[in-house]
Amino acid sequence: MINLNNVSKTFTLHNQGSAVIEVINDVSFAVEPGECVALTGASGAGKSTLMRMIYGNYLTQAGEIRIGDLDIVQAKPRDIIKLRRDVLGYVSQFLRVVPRVPTLDVVAEPLRALGVAADDAQGRAKALLTQLNIPQRLWSLSPTTFSGGEQQRVNIARGFAHSYPAMLLDEPTASLDAANREVVLNLIEEAKARGAAIIGIFHDEAARDRVCDREIDVGRFTPGMAA
Amino acid sequence: MTPLLSVQGITKRYGMHFGCADVSFDLYPGEVMGIVGESGSGKSTLLNCMAGHLPPDAGRVVFDTRTDGPRDTITMSEPERRMLGRTDWAFVHQHARDGLRMGVSAGGNVGERLMAVGERHYGNIRDKATDWLGRVEIDASRVDDRPTTFSGGMQQRLQIARNLVTGPRLVFMDEPTGGLDVSVQARLLDLLRGLVRDMGLSAIIVTHDLAVVRLLADRLMVMKSGRVVEAGLTDQVLDDPQHAYSQLLVSSVLQV
Amino acid sequence: MTEYNFAYLDEQTKRMIRRAILKGLAIPGYQVPFASREMPMPYGWGTGGVQVSAAVLTPQDRFKVIDQGADDTTNAVSIRAFFQRTAGVATTTSTGDATVIQTRHRIPEDTLSEGQILVYQVPIPEPLRFLEPRESETRKMHSLQEYGLMHVKLYEDISRHGHIATSYAYPVKVEGRYVMDPSPIPKFDNPKLGDMAAIQLFGAGREQRIYALPPYTQVVSLDFEDHPFEASKADHPCGMCAATDSYLDELIVDDAGGRMFVCSDTDYCEARQAAGHKGKDAA
Repeated sequence: MINLNNVSKTFTLHNQGSAVIEVINDVSFAVEPGECVALTGASGAGKSTLMRMIYGNYLTQAGEIRIGDLDIVQAKPRDIIKLRRDVLGYVSQFLRVVPRVPTLDVVAEPLRALGVAADDAQGRAKALLTQLNIPQRLWSLSPTTFSGGEQQRVNIARGFAHSYPAMLLDEPTASLDAANREVVLNLIEEAKARGAAIIGIFHDEAARDRVCDREIDVGRFTPGMAA
Repeated sequence: MTPLLSVQGITKRYGMHFGCADVSFDLYPGEVMGIVGESGSGKSTLLNCMAGHLPPDAGRVVFDTRTDGPRDTITMSEPERRMLGRTDWAFVHQHARDGLRMGVSAGGNVGERLMAVGERHYGNIRDKATDWLGRVEIDASRVDDRPTTFSGGMQQRLQIARNLVTGPRLVFMDEPTGGLDVSVQARLLDLLRGLVRDMGLSAIIVTHDLAVVRLLADRLMVMKSGRVVEAGLTDQVLDDPQHAYSQLLVSSVLQV
Repeated sequence: MTEYNFAYLDEQTKRMIRRAILKGLAIPGYQVPFASREMPMPYGWGTGGVQVSAAVLTPQDRFKVIDQGADDTTNAVSIRAFFQRTAGVATTTSTGDATVIQTRHRIPEDTLSEGQILVYQVPIPEPLRFLEPRESETRKMHSLQEYGLMHVKLYEDISRHGHIATSYAYPVKVEGRYVMDPSPIPKFDNPKLGDMAAIQLFGAGREQRIYALPPYTQVVSLDFEDHPFEASKADHPCGMCAATDSYLDELIVDDAGGRMFVCSDTDYCEARQAAGHKGKDAA
């Protein structure tokens, strides 16, 4: 489902003396449907960077990143937009909050973008928010004033609203207490069971061991980093 | 799939100076394209050339019309272009005063496009106008008030209602939040987001404000001195800018 | 020079005006620009109507002038005297006998017939002027049939007054094509515009436009489906001749607020009285 072949990335900082930073070199691996693969490595190794490259958020300088049939590296922007809507989900580390939009709408939005009726989308959103222990009185409020943990749970609810065949999860259990951690891990296991291919970054070793089938040490591909 | 709008090689010169040079891109239904750049980048020139306000020196602007398929709007006759401007196209000006009739009531402003395409039932026109005022969060009781009595944000929302009432497929926006207070801008952007999504609109938005494109645009073009220096997904251009100028632009934005 | 050319204007000017008139007749309701001449009366006093009359008059014509329906107001008297002096044509106050009738702000009550010409004095020929001040824009709107703005005006009336408040110079659509200002006639007169047997010519001297309605032209007053056009009607008969179907003027007769309603069309009223009809205020 997700295939990386000889993927490399370099940052060129034009306004800082044209500094060239090689972050990733010649990465290759594959993730099958129903698998969950963990990206590991020291801080700064490029785990989040690689995830963003798979999502198309960062440009890839060399290689091929295939999600299903589409090569993200060569794809036209509108194809990536379509992919992100239907196929590829991404739960980032931080919830980017649009002020004034109620939590319920934040979570329902991916479904509305797919053309799901407002009632059905909201129904699914409510179910997820309940599962993630966000109290009902907060549903009509914007997440701007929520705590870090609450924002993260809203972020996760939004990420799991649609059943994506491929998912990228960046620190999904960070800032969560044991009970909510459990909920999230269950969500991941459900996704795996329905055949989703998942790539995750987990600092929490126990969580990683529970849901991930394999690990890939990104440090191996980072120039200048000890293996 | 046919692009809704195909811009090919648009060039506009002012003497020896290029207003915009050889700009090309395709826009598909439901896509929002942001065009950013600083003053003098050529973004407004480009927008006006595309929207038919300024004749370009070269290039085509091919629009997929409802009845005749793809047509180059530059070579269209004026009556056809004006008809397009009343039905399938909309233009939201930076200053609401340029896009409204200040001496006509809010209801009359919104109803004008309906009357221009043949609507002749007063009750229906008034109902549709009132409905649209509601959708842009203007209280229905203001339907008979003139825009001179509205705040800047309300005038801008009225302009949007006036433009969208005939269900256009393509909206051109020139700095839609320019000159508005920050809180008013936020409200307007939310409204635009919702309308674009609910109506399946395509839009081309020119702005110097990166936050506006982050929020509204799927794709982004960065312009400098009349040329497009970088183009791609909005989040990609903003998070991983490749061109020196794009990097400068993004790094110049203050984090609040 | 003591002799005037027939009807004051030189022959070349008359030819120019006639060409404009022919063009106007060929395109009913379309405003034809013409080179308006300096006339011996100021703008706003009927120079357009006078130029049109001067261009169409022949020595055999019988000329009638009315101002708000009356033959005996200052302006009507002056213009009639002007043509008597410069054209030597016969003049009359009888609508039926006249061959050319110049009018300000009314259409005569008597039905006109083929062979008659009605010349209107027009202040502002452009019906869209008050909503769109740019001439360049209004010309485009006419040529492209973009008349939405006209209905905006009517919409505004209804929203403000509950009904279309325009009571004179009520805009009309001619032959389904051009929107025209019929000059400041009361809307009561609008139904007479359509299908008239006489030729109708409109002259605006200051604005330099001529337009025309050939005989039996379709003229429809603009309205909304749910607010249809209604020609207003007075709810009393004429005090002098008891007519129930004519447009009435309100006359204040004393300092105590006493008032009387009388036909604005003086010829019509006098003819009826002569035929024996008497209203409640008749002597």
